[in-house]
Amino acid sequence: METISILPPELIRMLIAVIIIISFLFLNAIMMGYLERKIAGHVQRRPGPMEVGFHGILQMVVDGVKLLGKELLIPFNVDRTLFRVAPLLSFTPVILPLLVIPFSEKLQARDLSLGLIFIVSMGSVNVMALLVAGWGSNNKYSMFGAMRAVAQSIAFEIPILLSMLAVVLMCNTFSLKEIVGAQQKIWFVVLQPVAFLIYVIAGVAETNRAPFDLPEAESELTAGFHTEYSGMGFSLFFIGEYTNMFIVASVATVLFLGGWHGPNLPYGEYLGVVWFFLKVYFLLFLMIMIRWTYPRVRFDQLLNFAWKYLVPFSFVNILITAVLVKL
Amino acid sequence: MKQYFSEIYTGGKSLVEGLGVTFKALCQPIVTVQYPREEIDITPNYRGHIDLVLDPEKNTFLCISCGMCEKSCPSDCIKVKGKKMEGEKKKTLVLFELDFTKCSLCGTCVEVCPKDALEYSQEYNLAAFSREAFHFDILKRLEERRT
Amino acid sequence: MLESDFQKQNRFFLNMGPQHPSTHGVLLIVLEMSGEYVLDPQPVLGFVHRMHEKMAESRPCGGFMPNTARMDYVCALPYNHGYVSLIERKTGIEVPKRAEYIRVITSELNRVASHLLWLGAYLLDLGAFTPILYGFDDREHILDILEDITGSRLTYCYYRFGGVYQDIDDKFVDATRAFIQRLRKRFVIYEKLVTKNIIFIKRTENIGIVSPDMALRYGMTGPNLRGSGIAYDVRKNEPYSVYPEFDFEVPVGAQGDCLDRYMVRIREMEQSLRIIEQALDRLPEGPVRAKVPKNIKLSPGDCNFAVEAARGELSYYLVGDGTSTPYRLKVRVPSYSNLSCLPELGRGILLPDLVSILGSFDLVIPEMDR
Repeated sequence: METISILPPELIRMLIAVIIIISFLFLNAIMMGYLERKIAGHVQRRPGPMEVGFHGILQMVVDGVKLLGKELLIPFNVDRTLFRVAPLLSFTPVILPLLVIPFSEKLQARDLSLGLIFIVSMGSVNVMALLVAGWGSNNKYSMFGAMRAVAQSIAFEIPILLSMLAVVLMCNTFSLKEIVGAQQKIWFVVLQPVAFLIYVIAGVAETNRAPFDLPEAESELTAGFHTEYSGMGFSLFFIGEYTNMFIVASVATVLFLGGWHGPNLPYGEYLGVVWFFLKVYFLLFLMIMIRWTYPRVRFDQLLNFAWKYLVPFSFVNILITAVLVKL
Repeated sequence: MKQYFSEIYTGGKSLVEGLGVTFKALCQPIVTVQYPREEIDITPNYRGHIDLVLDPEKNTFLCISCGMCEKSCPSDCIKVKGKKMEGEKKKTLVLFELDFTKCSLCGTCVEVCPKDALEYSQEYNLAAFSREAFHFDILKRLEERRT
Repeated sequence: MLESDFQKQNRFFLNMGPQHPSTHGVLLIVLEMSGEYVLDPQPVLGFVHRMHEKMAESRPCGGFMPNTARMDYVCALPYNHGYVSLIERKTGIEVPKRAEYIRVITSELNRVASHLLWLGAYLLDLGAFTPILYGFDDREHILDILEDITGSRLTYCYYRFGGVYQDIDDKFVDATRAFIQRLRKRFVIYEKLVTKNIIFIKRTENIGIVSPDMALRYGMTGPNLRGSGIAYDVRKNEPYSVYPEFDFEVPVGAQGDCLDRYMVRIREMEQSLRIIEQALDRLPEGPVRAKVPKNIKLSPGDCNFAVEAARGELSYYLVGDGTSTPYRLKVRVPSYSNLSCLPELGRGILLPDLVSILGSFDLVIPEMDR
């Protein structure tokens, strides 16, 4: 029997992938929110959320429902269109990179030959949301946050790209699947430790996480770019932030930690996705620990750090890599 | 140039050390108490609002309604009234009110009392919706305690 | 550096406070800014004015005791100490030696608690969330120790004219000794987590430099003055109570930046622990309360008494008129003078630096407004 389909099969495949990814994205945000609160609690010698569900496991769900039920407050004199659009803008570009990330050898929505470039470009769109939110809010604190976000994003895009380039030079491809495939024998973190370090530092900055959380620096800008947001607008920003973290961590896994590769075990081909997520969540755990340990850097220090330390080091790193690859 | 690299080294080392502290704390047990579920025993020396002392022998108050506490209170939050009952020489206490909204727990009233008829209560988690809820009738509280 | 035409045209005002996270209470600072540079910060006070000085003029001097603890609630015992000592000096009441020792021990404990809270709050200003909870953990031990003898946790009313409210027991002595041991171990953690941290050093070093001259001009006192290199401590320079009997140092900073003020406070905590240890070792026996007339009459004439509170020199000035109610009571609080130099110090700096400077001054707003 022949299957009769109105839609081309590729489109159906994409739709299913998008639905799975969006639902995963919410799940990830809930999980990350819970993890963050729990780890923050235990770092500070307190239990964290404990009341809703076993050890507060449902706390984030309840908080989500609460945020859904809140009024979408639009302050006086704001640019209504921009104010409304900003949360959506922060949410959309973080879905798309997930489409090209290879969770395991076969679990990938679409293997773009320019996957890495696609992810980087989507990451740059994300900062638009912060700018629009800060601009639209008609609040000086938000404006500061937005301006900081833009400068920070531009400064840290370069070291990220350069550290990625080192890996690309080694395996001659932008396709994420092939990059992982090249790490069959040895992970690139061993061959490219400097690039890995630079990527993780710049990645933390790119996702606006402490100690680089300048766009929302509480003690300086009250809440930075999302000062005026409430309800779902606010939570979309948060989902966007957590998904962004997830993307940064998965790209780091793909580029440096060998993606789905793990020790040889029976049924190894099905365990790839487990290894992938273990590595990703280890990196996320590290990011959370960093947030709850360090003070915030100052704005000019952050830019200095990017230009004076990260960029020269990644250039030198690329130079050495290029020479070694050529040999 | 030398300073540039030494700063990277010392800075990086300090950051790793800091991460070590928080990681150690992550593995240590928690030190807080989940408040409404469990409570810490309060020290017997805690000074809550005042209460009348219950004389275990006579099963009544020791107060002679002299009004010293009322006079000495810096915030005027105590109201004492005594009445001469028939056939008795001394006054009997009929009203002892404390306006806890004004009280600042200085303890002057307890110290000034000639008969040591006042004590501190152990109540510390007081909460109510109205101001009037903190106008305590201390005499009534004593009545509730005596059996 | 900031006077280009563009920046002159693009000045704007930003209200930092009274509900801003890093003004610690209800302080409003009106910032005239250009971009993220602060051109002119002007503090606006008076949001929590409660007329404490006027209240002192309307009641017998004993009734003002609870008020003293409510001016600076973070470090209330030195405020108690200053007031009781003032009345004792005015009326010539002799205080038993044991009572003075207890006053010193509890005051120093309270000073350590105050510095611990400041440490956490300052790091919170700089964006680190964890140290405040470690600080609270330690501070909670002090509060437990003090609660056991004073009966309250924050707004103490422990000292009395001619002594203290109740004697300390062995439990207190043991708990305090145990706490000293504990805190000395915890200092290692603070050093690793905060003092040595490169980000922390970068955020505080060479920020907000208060020159010795400037500190004197604005009448700064306490750790803020000592951070600028002037070794002025009321406990040493104008000794009161039994402080001359103890051996302790007055830590001073080198150049008066935020890091110096931080280091002075950290080292001051160590010195406070030393004082407490010595006092516990030499604790004399005897009564803790002298006989005091029931109605204290304040003779005509004025009287002044200064103590070293956690934030600096706290001075009470009293004018009596023969009754038991003071004719006038003036309280000179340290935070007010410490804040005064902000407009001069905060010219042409970045907003995050302003937050850092403000935090390093260790301000308590209710103390300023009284």
